[in-house]
Amino acid sequence: MGDQNTVAVYTPPAERPYPGPHWITEKIGSLVLTPHTPIEWIVVFGAVFTGTLVLLFAIVWLLYSGIGIWGVNIPVAWGFAIVNFVWWIGIGHAGTLISAILLLLHQAWRQSINRFAEAMTLFAVTCAGLFPLIHLGRPWFFYWIAPYPNTMGLWPQWRSPLVWDMFAVGTYFTISLVFWYIGLIPDLATFRDRAKHRLTQVVYGMMAMGWRGSAYHWQQYEEAYLLLAGLATPLVVSVHTVVSFDFTIAIIPGWHSTIFPPYFVAGAIYSGFAMVLTLAIPLRKIYRLQEFITMRHLDNMAKLMLATGIIVTYSYIDEAFIAFYSGNPYERYEIVNRLFGLYGWMYWLLVATNLVIPQLMWSSRARKSVAAIFLVALSVDLGMWLERFVIVVVSLHRDFLPSAWNMYYATIWDWATLLGSIALFVTLFLLFFRFFPPISIFEMKKILHKPEVSARA
Amino acid sequence: MPNSNFFTPSIGRCYSKNQTMPQIFKRPTNAISRLTIFGGVFVVAAVAWGWASVVYSPFVSGEWTPFDQPVPFSHEHHAGGIGIDCRYCHTTVEVSPFAGIPPTATCMNCHKQIWRDSDMLEPVRASLSENRPIRWNRVNNLPDFVYFDHSIHVSKGVGCETCHGRVDMMPLTWKHSDMHMQWCLECHRHPEHYLRPRDQVFTMGWKPPMDQDTLGRRLVTEYHIEPAFKLTNCSICHR
Amino acid sequence: MEHRRDLPIQWRSLDPKTPDPRAPMPSQLGDVNRREFLSLMAASLALAGVEGCTAPATVPEKIVPYVQAPEDVLPGRPLHFATAMPFAGYGVGLIVKSHEGRPIKVEGNPRHSASLGATDVFAQASILDLYDPDRAKSVTNRGAISTFGAFVSALSPRLEELQSRDGAGLRFLSGRITSPSEGALIDAILRRFPKADWHQYEPVNDDNARAGSRMAFGRYVDSVYHLDRADVIVSLDSDFLYWGPAHLRHTRDFAARRVFNPADGSGRGMNRLYVLESTPTVTGFKADHRISMSPSKIGELTTAIASRLGVAGAPGQELNEQWFEPMMRDLKSHGSSSIVIAGETQPPFVHALVHAINEKLGNTGHTVEYMEPVEMRPVEQFASLRELAQAMQSGQVDTLIMLDVNPSYSAPADLEFSKNLENVKLRVSHSLYYDETAAACHWHVPKHHYLETWGDVRAYDGSVSIVQPLIVPLYETKSSHEFLSIFLGNPTRSNYDLVREFWVGQYKGEEFESFWEQSLQEGVVQNIALSDPLPASLEASPYRARASRPASPLTRGRITSTTAWTYSPPREGETASAASGGGQFRTPQAPPGPGNLDVLFRPDASVYDGSFANNAWLKELQHPLTHLTWDNAVLIGPKTAHDLHANSEDMVDLVVNGRQITGAVWVIPGQPENVVTVHLGWGRKVSGRNGMERGFNAYALRTSDNPWHATGGRIRKRGEKYKLATTRDHHVTEGRHMVRHMTVDDYAKDAGLIQRETHQPKPDQTMYPAYENIDYAWGMSVDLSRCVGCNACIVACQAENNVPTVGKNEVARGREMHWMRIDTYFEGPAAEPDAYFQPMFCQHCETAPCEYVCPVEATTHSAEGINEMTYNRCIGTRYCSNNCPYKVRRFNFFQYAAWDIPSLKLLYNPDVTVRSRGVMEKCTYCIQRINRTRIDALKADRKIQDGEVLTACQQACPANALVFGNLLDENSRVRKLKSEPRNYGVLAEYNTRPRTTYLAALKNPNPEIAGFETAQHNNG
Repeated sequence: MGDQNTVAVYTPPAERPYPGPHWITEKIGSLVLTPHTPIEWIVVFGAVFTGTLVLLFAIVWLLYSGIGIWGVNIPVAWGFAIVNFVWWIGIGHAGTLISAILLLLHQAWRQSINRFAEAMTLFAVTCAGLFPLIHLGRPWFFYWIAPYPNTMGLWPQWRSPLVWDMFAVGTYFTISLVFWYIGLIPDLATFRDRAKHRLTQVVYGMMAMGWRGSAYHWQQYEEAYLLLAGLATPLVVSVHTVVSFDFTIAIIPGWHSTIFPPYFVAGAIYSGFAMVLTLAIPLRKIYRLQEFITMRHLDNMAKLMLATGIIVTYSYIDEAFIAFYSGNPYERYEIVNRLFGLYGWMYWLLVATNLVIPQLMWSSRARKSVAAIFLVALSVDLGMWLERFVIVVVSLHRDFLPSAWNMYYATIWDWATLLGSIALFVTLFLLFFRFFPPISIFEMKKILHKPEVSARA
Repeated sequence: MPNSNFFTPSIGRCYSKNQTMPQIFKRPTNAISRLTIFGGVFVVAAVAWGWASVVYSPFVSGEWTPFDQPVPFSHEHHAGGIGIDCRYCHTTVEVSPFAGIPPTATCMNCHKQIWRDSDMLEPVRASLSENRPIRWNRVNNLPDFVYFDHSIHVSKGVGCETCHGRVDMMPLTWKHSDMHMQWCLECHRHPEHYLRPRDQVFTMGWKPPMDQDTLGRRLVTEYHIEPAFKLTNCSICHR
Repeated sequence: MEHRRDLPIQWRSLDPKTPDPRAPMPSQLGDVNRREFLSLMAASLALAGVEGCTAPATVPEKIVPYVQAPEDVLPGRPLHFATAMPFAGYGVGLIVKSHEGRPIKVEGNPRHSASLGATDVFAQASILDLYDPDRAKSVTNRGAISTFGAFVSALSPRLEELQSRDGAGLRFLSGRITSPSEGALIDAILRRFPKADWHQYEPVNDDNARAGSRMAFGRYVDSVYHLDRADVIVSLDSDFLYWGPAHLRHTRDFAARRVFNPADGSGRGMNRLYVLESTPTVTGFKADHRISMSPSKIGELTTAIASRLGVAGAPGQELNEQWFEPMMRDLKSHGSSSIVIAGETQPPFVHALVHAINEKLGNTGHTVEYMEPVEMRPVEQFASLRELAQAMQSGQVDTLIMLDVNPSYSAPADLEFSKNLENVKLRVSHSLYYDETAAACHWHVPKHHYLETWGDVRAYDGSVSIVQPLIVPLYETKSSHEFLSIFLGNPTRSNYDLVREFWVGQYKGEEFESFWEQSLQEGVVQNIALSDPLPASLEASPYRARASRPASPLTRGRITSTTAWTYSPPREGETASAASGGGQFRTPQAPPGPGNLDVLFRPDASVYDGSFANNAWLKELQHPLTHLTWDNAVLIGPKTAHDLHANSEDMVDLVVNGRQITGAVWVIPGQPENVVTVHLGWGRKVSGRNGMERGFNAYALRTSDNPWHATGGRIRKRGEKYKLATTRDHHVTEGRHMVRHMTVDDYAKDAGLIQRETHQPKPDQTMYPAYENIDYAWGMSVDLSRCVGCNACIVACQAENNVPTVGKNEVARGREMHWMRIDTYFEGPAAEPDAYFQPMFCQHCETAPCEYVCPVEATTHSAEGINEMTYNRCIGTRYCSNNCPYKVRRFNFFQYAAWDIPSLKLLYNPDVTVRSRGVMEKCTYCIQRINRTRIDALKADRKIQDGEVLTACQQACPANALVFGNLLDENSRVRKLKSEPRNYGVLAEYNTRPRTTYLAALKNPNPEIAGFETAQHNNG
């Protein structure tokens, strides 16, 4: 019991000791297998579902009248849509990182957060995947990017990063989905067996795919899970690397830079953990999961945030330095314009939210304050969005020929799509929390019962 | 075996009073589930195949279906039977992108004398007298972003028949080829498979005297046909 | 265009039974109703392929052949006809391309002296007016739709009555008329109604030059300038490269001398232009020395020049400006090959002095020639209009017939024309649009567009062109001949008969037919003996043969000014505009200042005097200097703006002695202090959907005694902002070298400089293999020394490539669709900037950044080195535009192309796809022209000749600044130009290897002044 991993995942309240595995099942199972829905859930769900409808309307109007309803123009032909895409993809990184890499690194403490981190990944990638489609001038031809036999006798243009994107994001989504689902199976079986209502039994039964928990099942399961972890690990790096190619492959000052891949990956994990925290903190409160999502978790994630945040900081400095070191007048002007140009205030806001505020996490006192962590997480969520805006828009609005320079102003429809996508994300997440075990039951029990097992897992 | 017993997640049992829990699924379910897993593959394949066969079918490209026309003009009779040259009616085929649809006057050149009062030709006479053009239904129609030029093809030894088929056997005209971009590209990539001597361009049912490819290759050099990497430039057909 | 490829096919079908090659369908349009006609047209377009990126229709499309095939028409192949466009009365020879009876593109007529194959923005855009759905479509009686018959029968009793009193009370008001046949008709009418009178009024006229020539010669004469013979040109507030009936000729001749002549290393081959002006102009920004000064200064300066040259009677006037002495030395040393030009806006005495100055310099007969006025009846038009206004006021006018004029809108405010018009019992207007005047009239009879009508018109040099129609009139309109013949009692005469008869009457040689056909075919009436009433100078007009210089100066038209010249200050009772010319002798007024601004009135670069108010192409065309679209503005200089605390887009009241207008300020570099410039032609009240309520109406401030320059203006800020849509908000180069320039002397010393400055990576410095070009490698060369920034190329491109307009809001959001733009960069101080024009469009890079980022191969590289854009494959990721360093790609953010307006469908070029929403587009080097020519060449088993393919921009360019051709052909012009040492590629250091390269701009400043200018820059 004194083992640190155990402490990490579970700290019983002072008044009573660890009541044993049954109690865990009881505790987590009861979150889902209950007719009673928390009032907070209903309120929040109502709000975000309305938001999702706004998104729906924004998209319908977009398809009806064309992307002219957005603020994009020439030279700034990419606006909010691409910013949001990169932002969401980045957020999607935490899940895989936690479940795959931390698994391989034997970080047992991950086990009480990996389940909903993975779910978050799925939903983030879902939101992300939306934008490349709707930002097209003629979305109804999106499938031309995919290689398939057609009457035109044409293939995609393989040198274009957008084609690579399609594969990278597609793979990432598939793997994450399978990974997440396989992790769910034993718990779904638990629900199947505990469900009282016939319908619930059948539904969970089907999803459990006939899991009986025989030793043979478990052996297969462990192997598959480990394999998938192995598969998913490179994806954590590859996806955002490929996304960063969208920019580095281009020749635009502020885009054309070799530091982007590592910088984007770090940034992605940064925002990913920020988002995990943004979700975990309220939820552990609403669902009284403080025993499972402990201060130790928050502390670790805060540290991870800090670490990745420092890498990002380094990248910013490096970008500026290289721009001047290169001696390329266009690169230099781009940086000066980024810092002191018409969008300069955004850059400094980005520095504040993304670099300065997170430094709070150095102090252990701050890391002990849930509120502080939550605020930092929010600030990073915002900061990372600003970062993408600065990269995409500010680089484009003043590139080579001054005669072509122009400003970019987001329209109400840009905002509707951004906020709508956030609403969609939360909606999906709430549904997940209502119908699936948000914390891996069997893993919790496993680790609590036999700490040394987790050391092997 | 306490271990596996512990790991069995169906802990529900421990709580339920009666030790035997009712099965949710009957045994056949296993079969069904297996079926769905493997069947899924076949379903997807079937859908893909079905879709493809529709897209490639005449149902979409619309060949082989005779078009109704205000006047039931028969190429079979005029071109095949009487043996009128294509260019008698399609006058601009050698000089213009557009092969040309004959003005009413052309019809009346002959039909002033023959079939003067057949009801079939009433619309033609009406057109001339009321000076209102006949509005034919278009048989071969390319999208408006495709710029096909009859004159260059004809002058480089592409026969009418190559694209339009045995018009001399069509009572009512129909579309002979699917005219998918693929189909155009096939010839632009390998002209030698399709070329014929200039003097045979307007012949129907022409057979190559020798092996088509040897002839084709000769004609390619003779007629200065541009190389495939130029003939397949987008701007050759799209502007 | 030396070769005769575009030899116009003459008009043949005189016999109504044979079909008309220009009619869309053989039946007379009169009896086909409009809708059917349009649907048929649409059908014929469908086969021409204008409907854009859509899959073929599942319901069978209709295909509609002729009933009788007209001669000459090969469906799918265009015909070319020669005609002429009357602009402000003067003719510009055109060759118009017609597809299945639809005129779709105008080009200049190389045989016509005022065009030489070039066109301006107005000629290019005029074709849009033809199909404008807002044109007046039928006769209206007090706004209610009526018929021509009704009008005639309503008019005839009045005419009888008028005849009974010899036409007393009958007045005609027309614009400038140079058409011999029209003039003859009016003369005939005036003979029939002896007491009737004919007034003329053009809002933008040359009264001052008129008065000036009368002061100098005692009679009216027109001046003809030969800029190609001039080494030194001094412009006194004259924008001769953009305005005036000869501006195309001027630009061509001027540009021909903007080249460095290797023969003499000193660069003497190149002319030198001094522009002394009171507001920035295109000409001014081309100058080697541009000196801006307040308007009243120009008079003093002219007098100073005159007295320095010892012009008899010129009052002594000294001017101590550093640049003055060197300029005078320059002028004198180039006597007889120099030229001094006074602007139309300058008071008469300046013109008079300039005639004397040119005489003194010995330019007369060499660089300047004089001839009889080209107009049928030259008058001083403000006087003429004032006379009419007074007559109306005193009720002497009971019938007023207005021929293609819009005085209710454009008359000077002080004449109160609209108010006086009320006193006229019968008011009739005959014009293209239902405008302010039409609304104030009892009857409005719509006029043929010039592409629908027969007629004739004279160019600035007197040469005559027959205007022949390209299409059967689209609406129930009448030509001016048909309209005028009503007053001769035969309202049914056909337009064609009237014109032809006139020329039959004129022609003295035998077999008229061949003369007629040749005149139509050439587009210029041949040099044959013509009898009166044509002025003798008609036959003596210079530039008779196509593009050839006249062997000897004018003989009959020539007046030697020495004998006639005596300088006299204007007398009392002199016509008003001459009186205004006395400006210099007026009691000195209060010095200009923020409280006492000089207000200048100028024609607008896009809507002229307002007659193009409904033309979307021109409305959306960037103003050459301000780049404003869809609005005019109150233009002030930076210093004045600072004094008035007014910034661009501030709404202000501009008050000039009691009258006031409200408009938005635009700060423009190079504007002298305390000078406000407003452009005429905006703020229309009655017009089409594009014309209404755009900008402000500057006529409201204009007075007939000082039409170009008012003093005592004040500006009051209103504290509101007004959004002005500009295509460019950044005019400084930021120290980047897009536009390279050097003085011709430096170039003579060190020609290699440009090459050394340009870092061009080596050919092997790319990861991709080079593209193999066979037969052709297309490329273009743009000579920045020649380009005068006149925008003609932009509109030509728009017309050729079906480029849509997007409207003010979209322009303001940075979404204009022009494939081509002209970048204007300013260097030096804002008060006295140097400006450089740079046409910018797809550079067709050999290693194109746009190509490798497109995921679907919608933009690719052709085997001839063209960067292709395949609209129907584009899915609109816009990645290509992001990665284009020149930002020359344009995106259809909405469905911009008009698919719902039938008459506009007729305008589309069937050889170019009409783009749909969501696709990218850009310059294609006019691929449709290349393909058409290539196919013809292949059919004939030959190569394309150099100059056989002209891009639309190149063909329109009056300065010959753009040259397109095959880089694999050693003898091609483009290859030669690209081998010049001043050839460079924009952003070459990025290794894009553009196929479009530029020739650095050469300036030829006077070395004695250069020092002064730098000094002035420093303290500026």
